[in-house]
Amino acid sequence: MGEFKVHRVRFFDYMPSAIRAMAFNSHTERLALVRADGALEIFNFADHYFQEKVIPGQDGRAVEALCWVGQRLFSAGLNGEITEYDLENLRPRYTVEAYGGPIWTIGSNKQGTLLMVGCEDGTVKMFEILKERIQFQRNLERQKGRIVSLSWHPSGTLIAAGMMDMIRIFNAETGHATHRMLVERGVGASKSREVVVWSVAFLSDYTIISGDSAGKVQIWDGLTGTLVRTHLVTKWDVLCLSVSQDESSLIAGTSEGTVVQFQFISSTVDQQEEEWVRTRTFKNHSHDVRALAHTETAVVSGGMDTQLVVRPLLDKVEKNTQESAMRKIALPHRSLVCCAKKAGLLLFQFPDHLEVWRVGESDGHGKPGDSLPVKRKPEKLIQLKGKGGDHIYSSALSPCGEWLAYSTVSSVRLYRLQYNNISITKVSKLPKDLCLGHQLCFSSDSTKLFASSRHSSVIVVALNQLECKYLHTLKPKSGSRQPVHLLCTSEDGKWLATANTDCEIHVYDLHKRKLHCTVPIYSSCPTAIAIHPTTSHLVVVHADQQIFEYSLVQKEYTEWSRKLQKQGLHSLWLERDTPVTHVTFSLKNPAHIILHDMFMFCIIDQSLPLPESKTLLYNQMTLRSLPEQERIRHSHAFKICKNFKHVMCVSLLEDHSLVVVERPLLDMMSQLPAPVRQKKFAT
Amino acid sequence: MAALYEGYTLCGLVPGQTLTNSGIQGIEAERDSDHVVVTDSTRSVTLYKVSDQKPLSSWTVKQGQTLTCPAVYNSQTEEYVVVSDNKVIRIWKDEDILLDKAFKATVSSDVWRVHCLPGGEPVVLFQRGAVRLLDSLLSAPQQPIEEVLAQEEAIRWSTNIVADSQQFVIFTTEQKGDSFLYLHRLNPNTLQRYRLEREEPGLSPLSFSASYRDKHICLLYLYPNGHVYQSVVSVRGLGGDEGAQALPLPRSLLLGLPVGEGLLEAASAQLLDEAHVAVVGVPHPSAGAGKDFLCIWNTNFQTLQAGKEMAGKIYGQLWTFSNKLFIPHGKTLSVIPYECPKSSLASALGKLKQAKTEEFKAPACVPSWNNILHGDKAQPSRPAETRKTRTNRKTQSAPSLTVDQVLDFTKTAPVEEVQREVEGLLSRADIQDLQPLVGQLASMLVSRSLADPAFYTPSTLAQLVHTQSLCHSVCPDLVLLALERRDFFLCQLCLQFFPDIPEAVTCACLKAFISMPDTEAEKLSLEPDSVSFMETLIARERAPVGLQNGFSSTSTDQDCSDALGGGGRVVIKTGEEDKEKSSTPPEPICPVGLHKAVLLNEVLLTAYSDTFLLPHLKDLSSQHVVLFLQYLQFLYLKYSQDASPQMHGLRSPSLTQIMDWVCMVLDAHFTVLVMTPEAKGLLVNLHSFVKSQVRLVSELGKIEGSLQELNKMKVKKDVGQYSIEIIELF
Repeated sequence: MGEFKVHRVRFFDYMPSAIRAMAFNSHTERLALVRADGALEIFNFADHYFQEKVIPGQDGRAVEALCWVGQRLFSAGLNGEITEYDLENLRPRYTVEAYGGPIWTIGSNKQGTLLMVGCEDGTVKMFEILKERIQFQRNLERQKGRIVSLSWHPSGTLIAAGMMDMIRIFNAETGHATHRMLVERGVGASKSREVVVWSVAFLSDYTIISGDSAGKVQIWDGLTGTLVRTHLVTKWDVLCLSVSQDESSLIAGTSEGTVVQFQFISSTVDQQEEEWVRTRTFKNHSHDVRALAHTETAVVSGGMDTQLVVRPLLDKVEKNTQESAMRKIALPHRSLVCCAKKAGLLLFQFPDHLEVWRVGESDGHGKPGDSLPVKRKPEKLIQLKGKGGDHIYSSALSPCGEWLAYSTVSSVRLYRLQYNNISITKVSKLPKDLCLGHQLCFSSDSTKLFASSRHSSVIVVALNQLECKYLHTLKPKSGSRQPVHLLCTSEDGKWLATANTDCEIHVYDLHKRKLHCTVPIYSSCPTAIAIHPTTSHLVVVHADQQIFEYSLVQKEYTEWSRKLQKQGLHSLWLERDTPVTHVTFSLKNPAHIILHDMFMFCIIDQSLPLPESKTLLYNQMTLRSLPEQERIRHSHAFKICKNFKHVMCVSLLEDHSLVVVERPLLDMMSQLPAPVRQKKFAT
Repeated sequence: MAALYEGYTLCGLVPGQTLTNSGIQGIEAERDSDHVVVTDSTRSVTLYKVSDQKPLSSWTVKQGQTLTCPAVYNSQTEEYVVVSDNKVIRIWKDEDILLDKAFKATVSSDVWRVHCLPGGEPVVLFQRGAVRLLDSLLSAPQQPIEEVLAQEEAIRWSTNIVADSQQFVIFTTEQKGDSFLYLHRLNPNTLQRYRLEREEPGLSPLSFSASYRDKHICLLYLYPNGHVYQSVVSVRGLGGDEGAQALPLPRSLLLGLPVGEGLLEAASAQLLDEAHVAVVGVPHPSAGAGKDFLCIWNTNFQTLQAGKEMAGKIYGQLWTFSNKLFIPHGKTLSVIPYECPKSSLASALGKLKQAKTEEFKAPACVPSWNNILHGDKAQPSRPAETRKTRTNRKTQSAPSLTVDQVLDFTKTAPVEEVQREVEGLLSRADIQDLQPLVGQLASMLVSRSLADPAFYTPSTLAQLVHTQSLCHSVCPDLVLLALERRDFFLCQLCLQFFPDIPEAVTCACLKAFISMPDTEAEKLSLEPDSVSFMETLIARERAPVGLQNGFSSTSTDQDCSDALGGGGRVVIKTGEEDKEKSSTPPEPICPVGLHKAVLLNEVLLTAYSDTFLLPHLKDLSSQHVVLFLQYLQFLYLKYSQDASPQMHGLRSPSLTQIMDWVCMVLDAHFTVLVMTPEAKGLLVNLHSFVKSQVRLVSELGKIEGSLQELNKMKVKKDVGQYSIEIIELF
């Protein structure tokens, strides 16, 4: 196969923000997750935990709580506002001021008719959920001290509210507080500090479970207002609780980074009476666990250390299957790096700014395994700060490197770059239609900008030195309302392909300016698409790791794709747990497809036989040890290189050298604040 | 192998305009080996503390005046002496701040140098060759000074030397291409003139260096063509025909140094000891033509021993004081410590007895390669005092018997007279010369004692052993004789000083010591160092426990059992071990008396080889074995309790020596001990020691392993922020 010169880039200082809250919708199996910078992410747990949608955050938006009501998603935060999200257009739909100071918590009744928020001023505010908006209904009896956590009894009659030093039970109808349960403070020095009831859960048997800042998980009788049981879980805070749907299991997240599971079981074998027993402790985080979700089969946790961890409960899933494997989602499932192949430039997308780098140069030659002397160091050419408080949703750099576009929830901006003496000029007059751009993409000759807009449509804009002109809008026939999350053009400028979260892939003929075809819908969401520069085959990789090749000319799957489907992919390939986020092609050899996930990149040589189920998939080491003549007998189409870890982008420059952008997790970890101090042996 | 160590800068230089001048006129030793006086070429004198690399004080003459000779320090009066403007002698003390206010005297003739050796009197050498003691000169400063040198003769170099309490001023002159050496003895004054053999025409010596060795003055000089010659002048032959005729001075070529291209210009050679010469400004034989090297050559073997490149220009100046070379180069004056150990067979074979004891004992007399090859018997550089005392001793001794007479005398004379004569002989002769004599004397005394039961001279024998010129192979019967006569003090001395006691004899000593009743042992007078060591060890046992270091008695107990149970705190104790802990007595009691313990320690300290010792150890009876083991156990416990019971400077066995002996005794007597009921507890305890040692070692092994892993991890290269790599896919 040969040697590659690899630019190993580690200077993309991408740092995801801490996970602040999450909510799991068990009907749609979607997990909504919000980070400290206000960014919202939707994961589809039914489709390999794929990160389907991202709504970028905003400066100053601190979301504290999330709540699903049916398909609708609400959030509330310390800015005192309640927000409903428009998950089709990936933006906040509207925002309502609650007038109660910072909001700590949000919840809804089981019927999905009422929304309540707990405010800093001690009020619990009820909102009626209408079709298009929410309307303030009433306040519950105002208390002294902030309402930190809320839980609605499934019957809708009682509400438990966690406060400072106590838990209140309200009658939902009258709005009066019926019980006041005092929560004991911590011992020692923390005796003088108020204890915060960070989380409460009201179960259908009128049991209230609370987690507090003194490290206790307490079980109360909600009818009598008495304490049933105290479990001291940690020396630090219990920050969040989550109860399984059937109320048989409960998890609590702590500042130590542990998640403690309690189960409602009889503590001895022949005893009828069941009680909450502490059963398991998971330690998957280094820092505070701020958010938890108890799905039917797994514990989902996230916190300060920015990673989303899905830990299947082994009593709920079959052992030693892919289902039982723990998943850590550390990097986004979309590309934050854009590579201008012709210019050798890299565009890095951060939440609030963009950076353009030129890769370094080396004139040396070396043996495989060598590092070449760097003749010219990589340099940062441009750092572009986003305007307004809105964070960046998507960005693109034209292949020639002269155009840069980025979009936020509210606008699209286009810049012209010059490198001889570096300058950046904003293109001031953009067409009015170009106001939304979930995905941005330049044509390969840099004369057109494509921006995906509402309802999977694509706006085409022509670029030249003088002006930027709206050409037309491409619309799919399916009428899908979902946003486009992948967009790509062909090298010859003839084709444009889009993929949306309804798993639809539409291909447009840019010459005829109309829809060319729709690829047969596959059940799993596409994670990367690309059109082959010479054969015009569309390669699609899905969240379930399947690979399809579709001939745009013949409008059918290619022979190779059929063969691949018939034979099936190698089981180890299917077991990988990070999606392929980028596909590109080799200019030298048209039979090569280059794709990567977080832990490897792979060159698929379509001219070689596919690996059979018994052959070794990761065979590079074996091949290396074989003599030249024997290699050909043992080699197969999947050439997987695992030299690089935590890969964010693999791209091929015009000089055939590879650019691999890595973001080592250790580097990210080192930027985190110090975790709570724990006494370790010999310290 | 001589070695040059990492040097350091003493001070910066302000080179003169000519650039050939380092700006330093001279460096002289001050009160001790760590202080030097540096005189620069113009106006100032600075006192440095060498190890601190810092000036302590500095004196300057007025502008317009210049210092014309390096300042010297008179250690007797604690004064500094310097000459300014050739004629003004200035003397001041450390506390004087201004040089101009210090004592001044103007003399009638130009002064070349003032010389002063530690312990000697300052001597003034005039440019025309006259020599005066400073005191006598100052008594009449304007006294007329005679001219010694011829009209066109000029002094090139001078020094002074104290030889056998005689002070010599040595200087070389040059006249029309001829070089002369003058040897001026003071009190009574004599002058001898030698003519140096001519080298190639036009070449005159670049540098001189003189030393006194073995009643000879040894002059070393370096010519620009790289030849280093040595001339030896006897001190004794001086006198008589004073300065009448220039005697030809025989010379021998010591070294032919490589000079590269052209001749040497600025170079210097200094004698370091009888076999080593430091040379500066001469190219390194394997480093091209650059002349900026400092090298140490061995003159016996003509080998280069050490070399160091000096940065910057070399001025051809070099001084040496107390194992440090002072060399100006470039813009700094560097101090480079060096070492010229004697190359000896013993050190080559690694058989020098105990490195630790040698630190504070005078070196055992080990034949030196140099001595063997060149017949030099004297130590290279004995300090002047010993020389003096030795000469004093010599002068004291009244009419006495010659060596042969003493030897004959010992065969027949009664005990007291033999003792007196031998003592006399030893006191008046240089022990170094007496080595064969001591051997003869000792073997004669021993054979006579063996033959004649009534004859025994314990003090004389002890004295002979003390000279450290004896060893077991010289008189193999000495130790056995001492054992036979129950002279355990002598035994101790022999064990201490003989490097070659056979294992059989060691065992015999051990047997004798261990079977000796304690009452008898206490009467002995033994070597005080080893006794005091045992005393402190035992005293610690008897001292009220808990007052030491402010620990309570329980904590000492804890310490003791900790040391017992794990040899450290690494090991987590098991319940089984706790049981053992309670069974061991909290405070070990010494099972033998003080003096007996001292003697046993001496046995433990001797060198041995397991294979030869084992069969002899089997001769011990089981009771003695148990007692010995108990004693070893006691020592072990004591050592484990305390962090450093081995006091520096005292003769004490090391922990490893103790453990080795425990193992050996157990090896030799294991079956017997297993059958002996009273040894059972002992064996259990010893077993626990061994176990703890094994565990400690295994823990250490683990630590070593993990540290090695750490090392390996570091090797893994850091990728950094960016790299361009080549990968290959197959």
